[in-house]
Amino acid sequence: MLEFILFSCINSLLYGLLLFMLSSGLTLIFGLMNVLNFAHASFFMLGAYFAYEISTYIGFWPALVFAPLGVGVVGIFIERYGLRSVHKYGHVAELLFTFGVFYVIDELVILIWGRNPVPYEVPGGLDFTLLTIMNTNFSAYRAFMLLISVAMFAVLFFVITRSRLGLIIQAALTHPETVGALGHNVPSVFMYVFGGGAALAGLAGVIGGNYLITEPAMAQNLGPIVFVVVVVGGMGSLTGAFVASLLIAALQTFAVGMEVSLSDLLALWDVYIPEASGIIEDLLRIQVSHTRGMLPYLFMVLMLVFKPKGLMGTREE
Amino acid sequence: MLAVADLNAYYGRSHVLQGVNLKVGEGEIVSLLGRNGVGRSTTCRAIMGLVAPHGSIRFKDKEIAGLKPHAIARLGVGYVPEDREIFPRLTVIQNLILGLKNKGQKGRWTIEDVFELFPRLGERTHVLAGFISGGEQQMLTMCRTLVGDPDFIMIDEPTEGLSPKMIEQVRQLIQEIAQSGISVLLVEQKLTIALAISHRIYIMGHGRIVFEGTPSEFQENTDVRKEWLEI
Ligand SMILES: Nc1ncnc2c1ncn2[C@@H]1O[C@H](COP(=O)(O)OP(=O)(O)O)[C@@H](O)[C@H]1O
Ligand SMILES: [Mg+2]
Repeated sequence: MLEFILFSCINSLLYGLLLFMLSSGLTLIFGLMNVLNFAHASFFMLGAYFAYEISTYIGFWPALVFAPLGVGVVGIFIERYGLRSVHKYGHVAELLFTFGVFYVIDELVILIWGRNPVPYEVPGGLDFTLLTIMNTNFSAYRAFMLLISVAMFAVLFFVITRSRLGLIIQAALTHPETVGALGHNVPSVFMYVFGGGAALAGLAGVIGGNYLITEPAMAQNLGPIVFVVVVVGGMGSLTGAFVASLLIAALQTFAVGMEVSLSDLLALWDVYIPEASGIIEDLLRIQVSHTRGMLPYLFMVLMLVFKPKGLMGTREE
Repeated sequence: MLAVADLNAYYGRSHVLQGVNLKVGEGEIVSLLGRNGVGRSTTCRAIMGLVAPHGSIRFKDKEIAGLKPHAIARLGVGYVPEDREIFPRLTVIQNLILGLKNKGQKGRWTIEDVFELFPRLGERTHVLAGFISGGEQQMLTMCRTLVGDPDFIMIDEPTEGLSPKMIEQVRQLIQEIAQSGISVLLVEQKLTIALAISHRIYIMGHGRIVFEGTPSEFQENTDVRKEWLEI
């Protein structure tokens, strides 16, 4: 039991930080530009493919640096030469634009790398078991992922709260016009945030792609959960995205190991439903671990009903 | 300094500015008066590039209509919006830092000058701007624009909702701004203040200028006051 809790904690921390790496860009882009970027998870996928390609030539370590940079450049390009022109036609056009970009990237990836997974693997130097606690292994690569995620979080935190650019971003979240009137080039700040957000998603792809599977479906698989994080956290709030990432990661990680049914859970509160039959009986017998896939979405739906601004949302419509 | 000619502006289909003409000379304090909703704020916003201007806006003999707000600001136009528009989740000092166009900018007004002039802001440097009083917020917005070293500043209803004591401070600050060589376009509801400190005034009615003259010329012209200012 203790090891289950310990490992679930570490795993949910890692998963949570990866989710945050993906959602931080998305939530900032939404907060600044009011654009719900459907293509954000595509940057995650591009990060993994770029890293695969680079690592076949010059190895994993250069890929760790250059793949996110490459994805950032793609992001900047999409903002500067696509989104910015679509902006004047309103939010629906922008939404449809990012929707289109998602599929274009998807098809491009299939054209270049094919439909099957590519053999993007954990670097040899990190492919060993770092420590074993009570029969459970913790690989060196997981520790490395954790390290990168924590470092990324520290850098992002520093940039947003301490740097001049971070101040401009924070101010532009609530008062973009005033920030512009003070002499700051808000459109170019948008562009860099878009590029930076893309690069962060790309970094998540670089360190996650070889741990998971690098395949064309990876954007589709991850996209929805990133949206959940952003909505639950409160669109536009970095702190909210951080809390929601950890929360949802914990929710999913702990649910996996819970081999108990709903009736067992109810029993904890001394609630018994003696004459359950038919569908009620079936429902009560569902194992918590089987609801793993549904939990985040259920959480989001409930959030929208009861607290539509999200945990930390401050947007006023 | 500033010359606006035949300025038109629209919000969707509504034609809010219908050919505004006005000038602000070097070192002048010029007030733009009028009832609520006649388009005074829109005039400022159009000059700043925050609503699309149609017509001519010349600043230091350069056409600025059509430029982006940040470019206009960097040419030396300052804007203090109505409703204060401080950044509530940033601290007092962070608000002021955002007024600097470049890191470490030093102009007529520095952040140190601001704290010397308003010790109350100096005592609250690390307080979130959302938590200081309305009067302090007004000072903060004006100073935030000042540290960016504009040559011309538009101040939209700075005394709105302030106590008589704060109003007096705002009045003094505006005069000090002019003395430091910055031209001022002031949008003001309180006639007494506008008349006391302005070199010239414009009165706006329904999207155009309906009177222009010195405060004393205005005092003599009771018809204008009746028709365009009194309710
Ligand atoms: N964002 C907006 N959208 C549509 N109409 C607006 C907007 N802002 C102002 N208006 C309208 O434009 C007119 C002029 O407004 P404004 O310039 O704010 O007047 P003033 O500052 O003189 O009180 C008003 O009739 C107002 O209702
Ligand atoms: Mg107004």
